[in-house]
Amino acid sequence: MDPVIVRVVSLKKSYGPVRALDGISFEVGRGRIFGLLGPNGAGKTTAVRILTTLTRPDDGTAEIAGADVLANPAKVRSLIGYVPQELTVDPYLTAAEHLRYYADLYHLAGAAWETRTRELLALLGLAGQEGRRVRHFSGGMKKKLDLACGFLHRPPLMVLDEPSLGLDVQVRHDVWRYIEQLRDQGTTVFLCTNYMDEAERLCDEVAIIDRGRIAALGTPAALRSNLKRDVISVEVSASHDHHAEKLAALERAVAGLDLVRETMKDGTQLKIYVEQNELALPQILSSAAALSVPIHAISYSRPGLDEVFLHYTGHSFAEGNEHHG
Amino acid sequence: MGDFLRETKAQLVRWLIHTRREPFSMAFNLLNPVILLIFMGGAFQSLAKDFTGGDYRAYLLPGVLALTAFGNSMAGGIPLLFDKENGFLLRLMSAPISRASILLARFLAVNLNTLLQCALILILGLLFGIQIATGLTGAVALLFISLLLGFGVTIVSLILAFVLENHGDFFAILGITALPLTFLSSAFVPLESLPGWMRLLAQVNPMTYAVDGMRTLALVGWNGSVLAHMAIVLVIFDVAMFWVGNRVLRRHMA
Ligand SMILES: Nc1ncnc2c1ncn2[C@@H]1O[C@H](COP(=O)(O)OP(=O)(O)OP(=O)(O)O)[C@@H](O)[C@H]1O
Ligand SMILES: [Mg+2]
Repeated sequence: MDPVIVRVVSLKKSYGPVRALDGISFEVGRGRIFGLLGPNGAGKTTAVRILTTLTRPDDGTAEIAGADVLANPAKVRSLIGYVPQELTVDPYLTAAEHLRYYADLYHLAGAAWETRTRELLALLGLAGQEGRRVRHFSGGMKKKLDLACGFLHRPPLMVLDEPSLGLDVQVRHDVWRYIEQLRDQGTTVFLCTNYMDEAERLCDEVAIIDRGRIAALGTPAALRSNLKRDVISVEVSASHDHHAEKLAALERAVAGLDLVRETMKDGTQLKIYVEQNELALPQILSSAAALSVPIHAISYSRPGLDEVFLHYTGHSFAEGNEHHG
Repeated sequence: MGDFLRETKAQLVRWLIHTRREPFSMAFNLLNPVILLIFMGGAFQSLAKDFTGGDYRAYLLPGVLALTAFGNSMAGGIPLLFDKENGFLLRLMSAPISRASILLARFLAVNLNTLLQCALILILGLLFGIQIATGLTGAVALLFISLLLGFGVTIVSLILAFVLENHGDFFAILGITALPLTFLSSAFVPLESLPGWMRLLAQVNPMTYAVDGMRTLALVGWNGSVLAHMAIVLVIFDVAMFWVGNRVLRRHMA
């Protein structure tokens, strides 16, 4: 079997003058959680609509498990489950009626339906609410039900457009755990997100998308380490007589270390750019001790995906949002 | 086939739940026809004697039934348009279901509604003492004819639901078509009493034929030639709408 479940090649889509997708390409391996991370208007939902056969691309190809979305949409639909970004629950129906409805549409057997319904209602904290009309649900409850309907039939590929939008922290974590469980059982998950922490925590692989283009692609760890921007700042106490010489000596000493990529002295502070914080920090500390550097404070920071975004797109995530307003 | 039935049934059940949980909407739908039939019919009784020769309410009954079937069918696509606007329909379209099941389920729901409303109107009419020349069998035939008209109109409405972008446009079209189509027919007055150009338009309006057929049953009896004429026109209308719908919706739902 082809280990690639989603294959997208130079996909393009414009709405009038707006280039929603400007030639994106990526692959998603079987049993992986793949995240499309980008600000509002980046083109995430457009990509999802194409993968779910709901929108025709202008150019390029998209395949799900070898089935082309244009040539073989019926096959593609039988392989996917889709939970849209916006709420799609029906206010007239109860939660149980929703689940029954989707069970019928996805031809689920009665036994599987009952166990999964119970499991999902419990997981999402909707147990006991199944008989209530959705009209009376809170926004978060509606989103939970939407997710439950999508998870019901266990397709080989789950497509989730902003799965944790509007969920409280607790449920968000429960949903993440459930998505991981699905992955561990062999389901491939394609999700879109606005949230750095969601991409970081949940995704095996992340594509950063900005203005219809993929700016960076890789595991969250690889994207971060590509940045080589873990930074350790050493500050010496200015009251010490030889602080300047000591700092200069430290700089020379650490510059020779394998893990150190760059150093920068700034007054009483030395910034050391390192590859792996965890390993570099002890080495730097022992150099400092050997030289008896009068350390006043030490701090270090890891780059988040927001810095990754900045690095690859040249503007901040928040600016991306403003751009499309 | 089993899957198709299951998909259609699930969607039909959803629509019927809507009807059941929205009893007021049904009541409002019935309000106008009942007012027309019972009160207007009574009020214009003497005025209309010239061309009815008897009970104007019995004369009106077919018009009211046709109007109900027409109005209900014409509005039948609106819930699909709402589904389209809020994303429910898109989600449905991403499911591995037959496109036809979406249309068939809505079609059945609309026409079940029409059947229910027309039956209630008929029963109310009978309770108010309206006499039907062909009796109970004739009354059942009236329901059947109402549906025959409703079928084609429902398809028109489903087409509009997929072609139009938002429900505002839909309501605008409903607003500008409902009244003229009713008055450009024999629903309330005989064709002969209409001025020439109106009569011409009325003659291409399927509602006219449904009303003429029903009126024969209500006032005269089983007149073979009028009924055959009506059946041919309505069946052609339904088949034509099905043909158009098939072409247009295939493109819009691909
Ligand atoms: N149906 C449409 N008609 C016109 N323009 C559209 C349509 N859908 C999307 N766009 C435009 O395409 C661009 C990408 O939109 P898209 O919905 O894919 O963004 P997104 O990444 O999902 O954003 P968000 O995080 O806000 O959901 C936007 O500029 C948007 O205005
Ligand atoms: Mg989106």
